[in-house]
Amino acid sequence: MCGIAGIIHKKGGASENIGKQMTSMLQALKHRGPDSTGYAVYGEDNGNQIMRLKVAEAIELEGSYSIHAEIAERIALVDARLAEAGVKVVNKENVTEYALRYEIDFSGDMKKVADFIEDIEGVEILSVGNTLELIKDLGDASVVSAQYGLDNFDGTHAIGHTRMATESDIDIRSAHPYWAYPFSDIAVVHNGQLTNYWTKRRDLERKGNRFSSNCDSELIAVYLANKMSDGVDLETAMRDSIDFLDGVFTYLVTTKDQLGMAKDCMAAKPMVVYEGDDMIALASEEVAIRKLFDHQIHTFDPYDGEVKVWQH
Amino acid sequence: MATLKDTKSHNMGLHEESLKGRTQQRFFSVDESSNLTYFNSFEVDTDKTATIDALEMTPREINIAIRELMESGVGSITVDNPMSRHGVGVGILNRLNLTFTDSLGYFGCGLIDGPNVHIKGRVGWSCAENMMAGTVLIEMNAGSTFGAAIRGGDLVCRGSVGARTGIDQKGGTIIVGGNTGAFSGFMMQRGRMIVCGDAGRNLGDSMYDGVIYVGGEVEELGIDCVPGEMTELDVRYLSSKLDLYGIKSPNGAEKMNKYVSGKMLWNYDKLEPSEKKIAL
Repeated sequence: MCGIAGIIHKKGGASENIGKQMTSMLQALKHRGPDSTGYAVYGEDNGNQIMRLKVAEAIELEGSYSIHAEIAERIALVDARLAEAGVKVVNKENVTEYALRYEIDFSGDMKKVADFIEDIEGVEILSVGNTLELIKDLGDASVVSAQYGLDNFDGTHAIGHTRMATESDIDIRSAHPYWAYPFSDIAVVHNGQLTNYWTKRRDLERKGNRFSSNCDSELIAVYLANKMSDGVDLETAMRDSIDFLDGVFTYLVTTKDQLGMAKDCMAAKPMVVYEGDDMIALASEEVAIRKLFDHQIHTFDPYDGEVKVWQH
Repeated sequence: MATLKDTKSHNMGLHEESLKGRTQQRFFSVDESSNLTYFNSFEVDTDKTATIDALEMTPREINIAIRELMESGVGSITVDNPMSRHGVGVGILNRLNLTFTDSLGYFGCGLIDGPNVHIKGRVGWSCAENMMAGTVLIEMNAGSTFGAAIRGGDLVCRGSVGARTGIDQKGGTIIVGGNTGAFSGFMMQRGRMIVCGDAGRNLGDSMYDGVIYVGGEVEELGIDCVPGEMTELDVRYLSSKLDLYGIKSPNGAEKMNKYVSGKMLWNYDKLEPSEKKIAL
């Protein structure tokens, strides 16, 4: 089933505690998917890039005595390779034993760096961006939020996902959101099932695109990244995706200053939208949006094949 | 052994079970008066009123509170702060004036048979699913599968609704003040649907019978759905029905278009088309 939610504050509005807002929305959607929870949150741009990565799966900690030493080894390798690639690490934070946050100063080819880092066994870059920070882990929103300190994250916009694993494993790799590798600041969450996943994945892999999981939702992120690398704008890429993707889906995508929504031509997956003067909030169910308001609000369901993009 | 059998049968929710020879089960006793009346249907007085503040309540607690009030004879209930919760106001099988002062989530007011429900906010997916009688009036918008498989009563949304409105509709009347999405009237079997605004793709796809009226544009008709001839009776019916709820079609009832099934199935051919029958 899965639940998705998004929120964007319009420009000129005060910076909001977007982490706390998204947590309350995702917690209200827990019944749609209790396996894992993920956030793509957009904070302040201080000129540096933020790289979020994981060096192991949470489940690995329970299955091996040697994993702790392996994790330390992998982190040392990441540090060494960042230095070798000419990336200046401004700040490094071990958020959990296996999840790290690097603030980096780098203006070179990020794809090259990402490929170099991900070449280390067990290491996956979750996101790179000037404002994007992608956090995902097992458990519901309250668990993940507490683990990653999201209750104090000020920002402009965010998307989130509560996952019920159906097509792939219960692990961080298969959790949403997906970063649109190797593009900075682009993330995707999806509710539904893509029936042409393998065919289209093979097509995109032949063109040199990288997939990190076996989750069908990753296809959307890779497809959008591929289109945008050809110079196509976000809204057009999303409109094209309605024909490219087969199956039932509603997905949300965020860039540095945009939030987009697309719905399949069967309108088979739910989405409720609130468009206010200062903010837009949308979720699989209105009960999530109502966590932000204690009064009556006007909401609507987008129709089949509809694409909408909002600007910060 | 007898004790074991009794325990087992009671655990299964059966009144009596005989395991001699071929198993026979008796599901009710005529000596219990509750088995001779409509289960969970209560005598209520609409002059008796009560209010429930649902802010801190679960959907189950809200539904139990409504039932307990009905059991005590209260016939007019107002529920404050339902806060878009799912599955609220369901399974009400008697006359009742029920008002929600805020929005409902999924499956609101499903499986009802008789109450007059007024929702002052919006509703999520599958509102009034399998409704049998009564009225449900929604002041704002509604989600998809609005009035799925309803069999009777009036289901009215002043705003716009999502996709697959009235899917598998078997009777009753669905009225939409605004637009409706794709696949509305899909597999419709009986009843009437009135859409004052526009309708999305595949309107009335695979419909067996019933009538759909649309005031605005239809993006595309589905298989088996064909334009029908608007008669004076249709216009009078639409005017009267919409007046009941203070809803106006943008171009007036006489400019609405009518759609019916173009292909009757063998079992429906033997019956009189529902469009000739008196409106519910």
